[in-house]
Amino acid sequence: MARVVVDVMLKPEILDPQGKAVEGALGRLGLSGITSVRQGKSFVLELEGEVDDARLAQVHELAASLLSNPVIEDYAIREVTA
Amino acid sequence: MRIGVVTFPGSLDDRDAARAVRVAGGEAVALWHGDADLHSVDAVVLPGGFSYGDYLRCGAIARFAPVMGPLVDAANGGLPVLGICNGFQVLCESHLLPGALVRNDSLHFVCRDQLLRIESTSTVWTSDYEPGQEIVVPLKNGEGGYVASEAVLDELEGQGRVVARYLEVNPNGSRRDIAGIANARGNVVGLMPHPEHAVEALTGPTTDGLGFFTSILKGLVEA
Repeated sequence: MARVVVDVMLKPEILDPQGKAVEGALGRLGLSGITSVRQGKSFVLELEGEVDDARLAQVHELAASLLSNPVIEDYAIREVTA
Repeated sequence: MRIGVVTFPGSLDDRDAARAVRVAGGEAVALWHGDADLHSVDAVVLPGGFSYGDYLRCGAIARFAPVMGPLVDAANGGLPVLGICNGFQVLCESHLLPGALVRNDSLHFVCRDQLLRIESTSTVWTSDYEPGQEIVVPLKNGEGGYVASEAVLDELEGQGRVVARYLEVNPNGSRRDIAGIANARGNVVGLMPHPEHAVEALTGPTTDGLGFFTSILKGLVEA
C-alpha cells in the first residue's frame, strides 16, 4: 500500500485569519520568536499498489479540482512511506 | 414563470427563497441536488445554508452534485441563476463567477441587517432597482470575504459587474466592499447578503429584497 499526502495552503497574498488567531495565542503561552503562523490542510490518500506516473497524475487532478481551490490556494503532493 | 430553487444536503434558506419567488408572483419549483435535469425551469436560485456541512470549503462539494452538471451548462447558455450566500460560494467554486469567498477577516460569524448599494441594474436579477438604490437586507455568514486578484477586481469594476456593495460597514473583509457580482453576460449573479429574508414586513427588516425576484419575473415576461 502506498501513501500520498496533499498539502493545501492559502496563497501567500490571501489573508489567513485562522493563522492570525493561532499566532495571537502564542503570546499567551509565553512563547516568543515565532513571527508568523499560517494554517493549512493535509489530505492523506492511501492508494492500491505502487505510486506511478499515472497515479500521480490522478492525484494532481484531484488536488487541483476538489482538494484545493486554485483561486485562493496552492497545493503540494508528497509521497510518504506507509 | 417557473423559478427553480435547489436544495442540497445542508441548505437552509431554500424555503425562504421559494417563498420570495411566490411573494413576487412567480411559481417556485423545488429542485433536488440529485436531479439529473432542471425540470424546464426559467431561472434557478441557489439558496443559502451549509451545503455538505461546508466541509472541505464552502460550496466545494456541492459543485459536484448531479444537478450542477445541467445547471452549469444552462447558465453558460444564458439561464438566469442567482446564488445567495452559500449559493454564491457554489457559483464561485463552479467557476461560473470569478474569485472566491474566504473566512471573515474578523473570524466571527456576522448576522446583521446590512445596508447595500445596488451598483448595477443591468443584470436580469437587479433590473427592477434604481441605479445606486440603497437597500437593507439581512446578512449572515462566516465565510463571506470576497477575494479575487487585482486584475479580476479591476475587470469586474470596469465592466460594471459589481452588482452590490456594502455601505457603512464592511462586515467580512470583502475586497472593495463587494457584496455581489455578475458574470459577463449578466445572467449569473452571486450575492452574499440575503434578499429572500427581506420580502415581507412581518419577518424582514424591510421588503427591499423583493426587487431581485420582481426583476427576474419581469425580465422573463419581457424575454
